[in-house]
Amino acid sequence: MAGSGSNDKRPIAPHLGVWRWHVTMATSIFHRASGVALYLGAIILTGWLVTLANGPEAYDAYMAVLQSPLGLLVLFGITAAACYHLANGIRHLAWDAGKGYALKTSNLTGWATIICGAVGGVAVFALAFLA
Amino acid sequence: MSNSLRTPLSRARGLGSAKSGVGHFIQQRASAMFLAVLLPWFAFSVILGTDGSFISVNSWLENAFNAAGTLLLVLTGVFHMRLGLQTVIEDYIHKPMTRTICMLANTAIPVILAVVATLSVAKIFVGA
Repeated sequence: MAGSGSNDKRPIAPHLGVWRWHVTMATSIFHRASGVALYLGAIILTGWLVTLANGPEAYDAYMAVLQSPLGLLVLFGITAAACYHLANGIRHLAWDAGKGYALKTSNLTGWATIICGAVGGVAVFALAFLA
Repeated sequence: MSNSLRTPLSRARGLGSAKSGVGHFIQQRASAMFLAVLLPWFAFSVILGTDGSFISVNSWLENAFNAAGTLLLVLTGVFHMRLGLQTVIEDYIHKPMTRTICMLANTAIPVILAVVATLSVAKIFVGA
């Protein structure tokens, strides 16, 4: 690894083996992962519009797939990813405005976005089933 | 270098950044701000304004405001996700050919989604 075996005392890149997870690092990785998941979400949404334009039979067949156990699991994942990506995206916009960089603040907002993703996913699903 | 008649300045000109990085950054943020309004509006409007059945969703989308909002969501969404995935591809895919194929797919997929969604919403909106 970088810097090993040399007498160089300058800081070196983190060694993955001794690195521990931080909430700020986790939120960054989750932001990418949820963004990629939402790519699938955009395809599912477009498919929904296509079947809607194709008439009741196509729409009902599509909805049956989405409402199967696997379909609901995927939809829940995408809903939670959307809530998380939205909350963390707002956090990113605040950073772009130069706010919220203090260690304590960014750790706190990091946990808040993770909670937003989980609670938001459950809340939207509850609303969809109850409303 | 010493054998060339070109000056060091002429050699350096045109190299360096492709000069579009700031545009990517700003477009990503601008589309994010619109999506932060459009996505919650769409989710709550469909959940509270329809019962999920074909007739109810179809009549919801025949409303001009709803049709425009839905289309804006899809178009802004595919624009934003193309920029986002471009960064992911640039970061993780290093083999030139694979990278080129991924980049082309990352242009083709959002464009196809945009065209298909536009035609679908238009068809429902005009009641064809």
